Amino acid sequence: MVRVQLPFHLRTLAACDEEVAVEVPAPVTLLATIRALENRFPTLRGTIVDYHTGQRRPKLRFFACAEDISLTPLQHALPDEVSSGREPLLIVGAISGG
Amino acid sequence: MSTVRVLVGTRKGAFILTSDATRQTWEVDGPHFAGWEVYHMKASPVDPQRIYASQTSDWFGQIIQRSNDGGKTWEQPGTPPGEASVGEDGMPLAESNKFVYDTSTGSGKPLTTHQWYDGTPHPWEFKRVWHLEPSLQDPDTVYAGVEDAALFRSSDGGENWQELAGLRGHGTGKDWMPGAGGMCLHTIVLDPNDEQRMFAAISAAGAFRSLDGGKTWRPINKGLVSNTIPDPTAEVGHCVHRIDMHPSLPNVLYMQKHWDVMRSDDGGDSWTEVSGDLPSDFGFPIAVHAHEPETIYVVPIKSDSEHYPPEGKLRVYRSRGGGNDWEALTNGLPQENCYVNVLRDAMCVDSLESCGIYFGTTGGQVYCSADSGDNWHAIVRDLPAVLSVEVQVIA
Repeated sequence: MVRVQLPFHLRTLAACDEEVAVEVPAPVTLLATIRALENRFPTLRGTIVDYHTGQRRPKLRFFACAEDISLTPLQHALPDEVSSGREPLLIVGAISGG
Repeated sequence: MSTVRVLVGTRKGAFILTSDATRQTWEVDGPHFAGWEVYHMKASPVDPQRIYASQTSDWFGQIIQRSNDGGKTWEQPGTPPGEASVGEDGMPLAESNKFVYDTSTGSGKPLTTHQWYDGTPHPWEFKRVWHLEPSLQDPDTVYAGVEDAALFRSSDGGENWQELAGLRGHGTGKDWMPGAGGMCLHTIVLDPNDEQRMFAAISAAGAFRSLDGGKTWRPINKGLVSNTIPDPTAEVGHCVHRIDMHPSLPNVLYMQKHWDVMRSDDGGDSWTEVSGDLPSDFGFPIAVHAHEPETIYVVPIKSDSEHYPPEGKLRVYRSRGGGNDWEALTNGLPQENCYVNVLRDAMCVDSLESCGIYFGTTGGQVYCSADSGDNWHAIVRDLPAVLSVEVQVIA
């Protein structure tokens, strides 16, 4: 199981807790994890990866094991700590204030 | 007694305001979709409990919401809470948030670029839904005007969307250019006498008309003069802000352009200016009285550089003769130190015998007049910036 932590607005859309666990088929990549998340919470479809570009939405970031992995290709495998569930994958909305 | 329901989209959520037909005492419900921009909400005229909403975010993209109980509960179409949303093959049953431009050769007119601000070709990029226009006949059919400018239609209650590609592909699409607010299709007008006849307006491309339900389109901008483009009378490139029409006079169209209030008496084939004695002919919304097809309303704004009312006085202007002669309506509206704006989708009229006029401001006020504009009161004063206002009268 992969543990995923979601930002506030996605938790609201999915009506779920801050952290959810999803079963991800191997190889456990970012994209496979997002697809598993969308299958479990269909209201999240298109909110993380853009429908048109197939890429991460620009104002979202992915963190894992205290590293920013946002620029890692979506097809790359997640770190073992994340794919094994020892560490969560964090989906974070960019901060903006004013 | 009838119930009046006002649907308000704001920068930080949606609000539903309800009253009886006197329209003096209001209940405020919300925010729905708290923290999200709600560009537009509109109910089906066939089924008033069916409401469509455009929920959008620069972070998370576009969400289409639908209510079947007058806004008490909401769902993403095709994804009801608690029900399976994927088929046996594991594929989603609905794609309510998916707006994909038609670039197929099957449409006959694949179109992949428009003009960018610097005049170079730029690919169409979907950003959000600005306007949702439910069909006048079928509660499951709804049109969506989107940014970058295109028209989509759903015939299954918003579960799936198909582009009406004849609009972008009719020939001038490659020359369209965004205005400062983006390149958005913000106005959809359906002729209640003939739903095959429809109008759309795009900033900053102009007005367009279809006579075959949206399959084919032609620009209808003859008579518009825009000094902000190289050829002021060009076929396209005009920043139309809003169009409205009275059902009893479907050939008479009214337009608030970036600058200029315009009128057409031939279904858009030609336009004449009717700004007359307005203090400024810049503005965003325009609305036609429910029972007087020659009575129209605008909210003058000082200029395109200063988006607030002239002299700090919030005034709705009414013409009872279809333009040119205007009277200021001020009773109940702030007449000093008012520097709000009223956006293009933020004004509407109800159908009660004493016609109600409503508008929302970027300062978060929603004003109502229950007597055709003679007297105004604020329903609410401190909402987030208002993006859109629609009203329903429910028997």
